[in-house]
Amino acid sequence: MLSSLKGMLITLVSTVKGLRAPVTRQYPSVPTPVQPRYMGFPALTWDEKVDEPYCTACMVCIRNCPTLCMSATMMDNPLQKEGKSSRKKIVETFEINLNRCILCGICVEVCNFDAIVMSHEHELSTYERNGDRLGQRYQKETDWIPPTELAKQAKAAAQPREQKEGAPAASGEPKA
Amino acid sequence: MVEVNNIDMDAEPLEMLVNMGPQHPSTHGVFRMVLWIDGEKVVRAESHIGYLHRGSEKLCEGEQYHQIITLFDRLDYISNFNNEMVFCRAVEKLMGIEVPERAEYVRVILCELNRIASHLLFLGTFGLDAGAMTPVMLTFRGRERIQSVFEAISGARMMHNYFRVGGIKEDLPANFEQLVSDLLPDLRADVEEADKLLTYNEVFIARTKGIGVIDTETAVDYGLTGPCLRACGVPYDVRKAEPYSVYDRFDFDVPVGIDGDSWERYYVRVEEMYQSLNIIDQALEQIPSGPVSTLGRRLIRPPKGDVYVRSENPRGEIGVYLVSDGTDKPYRVKVRPPSFCNLSVLEVLLKDTWVADAVIILGSLDIVLGEVDR
Repeated sequence: MLSSLKGMLITLVSTVKGLRAPVTRQYPSVPTPVQPRYMGFPALTWDEKVDEPYCTACMVCIRNCPTLCMSATMMDNPLQKEGKSSRKKIVETFEINLNRCILCGICVEVCNFDAIVMSHEHELSTYERNGDRLGQRYQKETDWIPPTELAKQAKAAAQPREQKEGAPAASGEPKA
Repeated sequence: MVEVNNIDMDAEPLEMLVNMGPQHPSTHGVFRMVLWIDGEKVVRAESHIGYLHRGSEKLCEGEQYHQIITLFDRLDYISNFNNEMVFCRAVEKLMGIEVPERAEYVRVILCELNRIASHLLFLGTFGLDAGAMTPVMLTFRGRERIQSVFEAISGARMMHNYFRVGGIKEDLPANFEQLVSDLLPDLRADVEEADKLLTYNEVFIARTKGIGVIDTETAVDYGLTGPCLRACGVPYDVRKAEPYSVYDRFDFDVPVGIDGDSWERYYVRVEEMYQSLNIIDQALEQIPSGPVSTLGRRLIRPPKGDVYVRSENPRGEIGVYLVSDGTDKPYRVKVRPPSFCNLSVLEVLLKDTWVADAVIILGSLDIVLGEVDR
């Protein structure tokens, strides 16, 4: 008797709690928020200043990938000849086999140019086979800011005002 | 028409061969048991494994040390941090490097949280095996909270790739204190609620008490470790017997059982969750500040030699035997997985039991097929 009453009390408490705070998320219509450090599929970052990717196709991420899921080709940077960019070489094509990628984040860790970040992208139904992994489309369509960019902004904000004025103007925030 | 009256009552009983698995829901993965049954009685049982074999040990020989951590995530995919820990410790021992104190504390906190998450999953699914539908809802709620914290710390819910040889990948996020102080009271409440609901439930006790009894000699003979061994009354826990990391600085008990039956194996795990919560509380008080990695991004190239390291996973003692030939890839990585060794006793346990109890007995061993098959 007592135990069944206790059980009913638990049921009652759970019901009331459930009424107060529903835990169900209407997933496809209401996206589930992810944590700031969330590791989605890797994406190249975009240098807004010269309008080209940061990536110079140095292949270090490709060599360090545990599943060998990436490939890239390098080309001479046309913008460098025009004097707009300081990068001699730049990435021409960059592909990630999304079937093989295990979202481990090693490519981000080994990159010397902060040219690749783990995006927050995890919903993979797309119309393209490979998608635009150069990151421009991704960053312009969403208001997502790469963590490296956030760190730069925080650093710039922490600097005293005099130094900041002397420094070149910060690149525009890649917002929609 | 069958002539009912002509049944020979003295005939030898007919043994029937029944395949349980590999797609059976209560085998917790792709595991196949072949049961020879006589009516409802199991005469003989045989376990067939290998459906999830991915050749992890061989794959390790072709990967660099920092890439192997991702493979260890995928061994016991319910307690990933514990697996990463044992591999990182093996390489650190081989290289003879010290890990910063803060990194050790972070590792311990994450491992113990992962132990709770793993045991919560066991508690829920074991309830399901015994026919209780509610506990799994409660335990998954708690486990989900833990995984959200993991996501905030490491960036992934399950395949973290967060521990590194010589420390951890990056320091804890700024809101870590807030996350954990929000999590721990709720977690304790969840554990207590599920414990209250299931442990002394009359039906649950009737289904599990006295079922699948292992005596101490058999347990030691078959090399059982972890809660399966402790349920028989052997207080063997690697964290106490051979303290690694900073486990010698914490005050915690090793819960042991008496009878070694399914209920004891269940209850040892429940008690372990409370002990893990205690360890986390102590670790959060003691955690120092400072660097979190000694090596940074340097290429890992241990000297020639071999090393064996063991640590306590939620399922038992995991061991890694690592042979290095001085290059950036290991020569051989042998894993001693706890689930695999615990599973070996199944054939003894299932002999002369009922078919309905086979599910309970297998569930109480708490195997993870990712680790059994590797």
